[in-house]
Amino acid sequence: MSELVDAVLRCLLVLGAFLTLPLLVGQMEHKAMAHMQSRVGPMAAGGFHGWAQLVADGVKFVQKESIVPGAADRKVFELAPAVALVPYLVALLAIPLGPFFGQGNLVGQDLDLGLFFVLAAMSVGVLGTLMGGLGSGNKYSYIGGMRVAAQLMSYELPMVLAAASVAMLAGTLSLIGIAEAWEPWWLLAQLPGLVVFFVAGLAELQRPPFDAPLADAELVMGPLTEYGGMRFAMFLLAEYAGIVVLAGLTTVLFLGGWAGPWSDQLGWVWTLLKIVLVSFLVIWARVAYPRLREDQVNSLAWKVLVPLALAQIAFTTVLVVW
Amino acid sequence: MGAYLEDYAAVGVIILVGIALTGAMLGVNRLMRPRVAAREKNVTYESGVDPVGEGWSQSTVRYYVYAFLYVIFAVDAVFLFPWAVVLEDIGRAAAVEMGVFIGILVVGLAYAWRKGVLSWTS
Repeated sequence: MSELVDAVLRCLLVLGAFLTLPLLVGQMEHKAMAHMQSRVGPMAAGGFHGWAQLVADGVKFVQKESIVPGAADRKVFELAPAVALVPYLVALLAIPLGPFFGQGNLVGQDLDLGLFFVLAAMSVGVLGTLMGGLGSGNKYSYIGGMRVAAQLMSYELPMVLAAASVAMLAGTLSLIGIAEAWEPWWLLAQLPGLVVFFVAGLAELQRPPFDAPLADAELVMGPLTEYGGMRFAMFLLAEYAGIVVLAGLTTVLFLGGWAGPWSDQLGWVWTLLKIVLVSFLVIWARVAYPRLREDQVNSLAWKVLVPLALAQIAFTTVLVVW
Repeated sequence: MGAYLEDYAAVGVIILVGIALTGAMLGVNRLMRPRVAAREKNVTYESGVDPVGEGWSQSTVRYYVYAFLYVIFAVDAVFLFPWAVVLEDIGRAAAVEMGVFIGILVVGLAYAWRKGVLSWTS
């Protein structure tokens, strides 16, 4: 019984992280993007540099009317935001933050199949967007939904291959095991894998420059066109939670997780710092690069990332066996 | 077996927590939102003009070939993870076997590439 209470407590902690970290990333996006574009971003809400802007947004979203278009497939339309949001919470459960003041590892649940589990949960999240696209009964949403499907299929593969390459070096699928097996020279040996994983992750989250499914200049808002109010807010939260999960996974797999000075005491601080750093790169990519055209999105995956990931696997095999 | 199930009890709990979270978000929204019925609100959005035809209209699906390619490689990815864990123990034999397997897939990808399947216009 006490184990179940323990599990519930840990899940509530994960929920707490799930409700704060994405907001931090969102606020960072507001401010970092604004300053990169010579603006100041939100300044009013909360007083100090608009820190409470996202809280104010949330309060507004809660009071919005919920509208389901007459042409929509009602059940699919209403369920889609939940399908988009929950998988990222589930994925966050298995991502370790590292040693916490000598009290052992700070993690929701250490799963022996952690890597596989997180990748699987992440790809379920994309189904929510797909459901929104096909269930809206709107042409923009439909085309956006087809693009989501194509993008998921194209980028899932290089992402999985790059992750497998790390698992080969570490000889385990447990995320804690991988982070503990990490050595600094992996940074160099796994560099192509790191790039492939990060780029494919961006594409899977449909973050710019891979936001062809949303493409506001051609498809209004793609699969999210017909959404408003709370359900739209859930999609937004899912997007930022997705950034946190991707950054966490990149950190644990490629950047050594909690590796750093005094890591047996302050490991969790290092992991969080690296997560913030990778999240910043995600935001930077949005500001720095123009959107890829739909055919470029697919050819980048199949002609560049997949061969690169396969080459990385071959190289890692040689490293491990010889 | 017991320890295995205990590990995954947390997964069950977190899924329940997630369902509760979305339920709470939508529930609070239900309590606080206005409800003003109007026919125009439920019309499909098509940039301001009246919608033409149906939302589920026919369109060229150029992506289905990618779907085929993906299915082929996804099977490979499933085998790849267990193989990755035991690679160091088994050694060269495992490396050669997976090399043959992935080699065949790579030939397939190269063939698709050669045939112009990966290009948009052909």
